Amino acid sequence: MPRWGMVIDLDKCFACQSCTVACRMENNTPIAGPHQTEQDRAILWNEVLPFVEGEYPKVRMTFIPRPCQHCDEPACVKVCPVKATYKNEEGTVLVDYERCIGCRMCTLACPYAVRYFNWYPPEWPEALKAHLNPDPEVKPRPAGVVEKCTFCIQRRRKAEEQAKAEGRPFTATDYVPACVQTCTGHARYFGDLDDPNSLVFQLAHSPRAYRLFEELGTQPKVYYLKQG
Amino acid sequence: MHPHNPHESIILAPLRVITRGDKLLWLTLFGVFLAGLVVWIYQFVLGLGVTGLNRPVYWGIYLTNFVFFIGLAHSGTFISAILRVAGAGWRTPLTRAAEAITLFSLPFGVMSILCDMGRPDRILNLVFYGRFQSPLLWDVTAVGLYLLSSIFFFYFSLIPDIALCRDRLTDAPRWRRRMYEVLALGWQGTPDQFRRLDRVLDGMAIFMSMVVVTVHTVVSWIFGMTLQPGWHTALIGPFFLLGAIFSGTTAVVIVLAVLRKVYHLEKVLTPDLFNSLRKLLIVFTLGWSYMMGAEFLTTGYGNMTEEMVVLNDKFSGQYAPIFWTMVVLVFVVPLFIFLVKGKKSLGWLVGACVLVNIGMWLERFIVIVPTEASPRLLPYLGGGAYQPTWVEAVITLSLFAGMFLLYAVFTRFFPIVPIWETAEHHVGHAVEAAAIAEAK
Repeated sequence: MPRWGMVIDLDKCFACQSCTVACRMENNTPIAGPHQTEQDRAILWNEVLPFVEGEYPKVRMTFIPRPCQHCDEPACVKVCPVKATYKNEEGTVLVDYERCIGCRMCTLACPYAVRYFNWYPPEWPEALKAHLNPDPEVKPRPAGVVEKCTFCIQRRRKAEEQAKAEGRPFTATDYVPACVQTCTGHARYFGDLDDPNSLVFQLAHSPRAYRLFEELGTQPKVYYLKQG
Repeated sequence: MHPHNPHESIILAPLRVITRGDKLLWLTLFGVFLAGLVVWIYQFVLGLGVTGLNRPVYWGIYLTNFVFFIGLAHSGTFISAILRVAGAGWRTPLTRAAEAITLFSLPFGVMSILCDMGRPDRILNLVFYGRFQSPLLWDVTAVGLYLLSSIFFFYFSLIPDIALCRDRLTDAPRWRRRMYEVLALGWQGTPDQFRRLDRVLDGMAIFMSMVVVTVHTVVSWIFGMTLQPGWHTALIGPFFLLGAIFSGTTAVVIVLAVLRKVYHLEKVLTPDLFNSLRKLLIVFTLGWSYMMGAEFLTTGYGNMTEEMVVLNDKFSGQYAPIFWTMVVLVFVVPLFIFLVKGKKSLGWLVGACVLVNIGMWLERFIVIVPTEASPRLLPYLGGGAYQPTWVEAVITLSLFAGMFLLYAVFTRFFPIVPIWETAEHHVGHAVEAAAIAEAK
C-alpha cells in the first residue's frame, strides 16, 4: 500500500501561485471576497507563504508553498472529539464534513495552520459557478465545518477507475494532486514514500531535504528541498 | 420533625413575598437572556462569520466565558465539599449560596460551548462518534459528570429544608405547596433519615472534591494539550484550578453580601463568616501570583523564540494593557484591600471581590487569545488580531443574565441559608465533631 508524500523544491519554485489557483478550481474552495480576506478568513488549501529572513542590507526572501503536511503523527486527528478528521490507510489526513461539529480544536492544534473554517456558507460569483468541479467528492462544504487539503483524494479514486477501465493495474505514478500537475517550475513531486525506487523517496532522502517544524514530532509527509 | 433553628423565621422571610422589584428584575434579566437567544439563532443562520473570530484566533470570548463560568462553579463545591471533608464547621451558612452558584453557572458554561460551535446541530456526534483521545471529549465527560453530581449533591442537602417549607409555608399558592410536597420526597426528619443524609453527603463530598480538581484541570487541557506556545505547559492545569477557586470564592462573597443586604440576613450571615472567607482569599491571591511568577519566569528565562513572542505580546505588546489591568485587578488592589481594609468593612471586601472577578475574566482572555494570535507559523502568516463583535457581546451578556435570573428566582422559592445545617441540635457533621471534642 502506498504512503503518499510530496516533495517541493524551493530552488525551482518562483512563487507564481499556480498551485494555489489550481487547488481552488479542483477542490471548489469558496471565494472569501476582499472584506473577509481582510479579516484573515480566506480559505486557501494551498498557500504560498512569504518568509523574510534578516534585515536590510542583508535580507533574504523565501517563499514556502504550504499544502497540508499530511503528518504521520497528526496533531489534528487526536484532538478531534468526533473522529471527523482521520488518517486513511494510505496516510492521507482527511475530514468528514458531514460529521464535523465545528469546534475548531484541530485548527488550533495544527502547527502548520493548514486547516480552514467555513465562517459563512460558501459563495461564488455567477461567472465562476459554471466552472465548479462537478465531482461529488469535492462538493462545496457547508458553513460551520473545517476543511483542508486532501492531496486531491478524488483524483486518487479517478486514477484507479481509469486504470481499471484500461485493464491495467493502478500504480503510484497514476495519481498526482492538481498542484503538482500544474506547477509551472516543476518544483513539486508526488508519489509513494515507501517505494525506494520512487522519485519522491529519493528526493526526500536528499541532503537538501527538510520538513517544517520537524522538532515537534509530527512526522510530516511533505518535504522541502532547501533553497541553494 | 424539624431541628430547631432560632433564625428560621429570618431565613424563611424572603420566601413569603415576591416584590414588584423582583418581578421587574426577573423580567429584565429574562429579556436580556431572550435577546441573547435571538442573536444566537441569528449567528446560527448566518454562520460564525458574524463574530470577530478569524484565522488564527479561532477561539475568542465564548471560550473565555466557558472557562470563566466553570471557574465560578468551583466555589460551591470548594466551600461545601472540600471544606466539608476538612471539617470546617464555619462553612455551613454559606454552603447553599455557594452551591447554587455552582449549579447555576455550569449550564451557562455548557451554553458558551454551544455558542462557539460551528455546527451545534451535530452535538450528538459527541455521543455517537466520541474520540476519547480528544481533550474536548474529556471536557464533555468531566463537565457532564460535574453537573450531574452537583445537581444531586445540591438537591440532597436541600431536602430537609424543602420539607420545612412544605410544613411552614402553608399559606403559599397551591402549586407551590404541591411543588414542595413532591420535592421533599416525603421527608419526615427522623434521626435515622438525618444520619443517612449526612452519610450520603459525606461520601459525595469526597467524590465531589476529586471531581472539582479534575474538571478544571481538564478544562485547561483543551489548551495545554496542544503544542501552541504559551499553552503547552504542565502548570496550566493547577493554574486554572486555583484561578477557578479564587474567582469562585470571590463570587460567593459578592452573592452573600447582596443576599445579606436584600433579604436582611445580617443575623445569619455574620461578619465572622466574611472574615473567614477573607483569609482564604488572601491565600488564593498569593497562590495565584505565585503561579503567575513561576509560569512567566520559567518561560522568560528559557527564552525560546516562539514562547517569547507570546510573552512579549502580553508584557509589552498589543495585549499589555489588558495584561497589566488584569494584574492590578486580580493581585495588587485586592491583596491590599484584603489585608488592610477588608476586615473592618464589608463594602471594601465586596469591592475587591468585584475587581477580582473582572480581572479573572480578563485573565482567561489573556491566557487564550494572545497564544492564538502568535502561532508558530507567525513569521509566515503575519500578526493575528481579534476584535469581538456585538454578537459576541450580546450573547455574553445574556449568559450572565440567565445565570443571575436563575439565582434570583431560586432565592425567592427556597431558603438560601441551609436551615437544618445551621440548626442548634442537628445530628450533622459540625455538631457531631463538636460533641466528640466535648467528650474528650
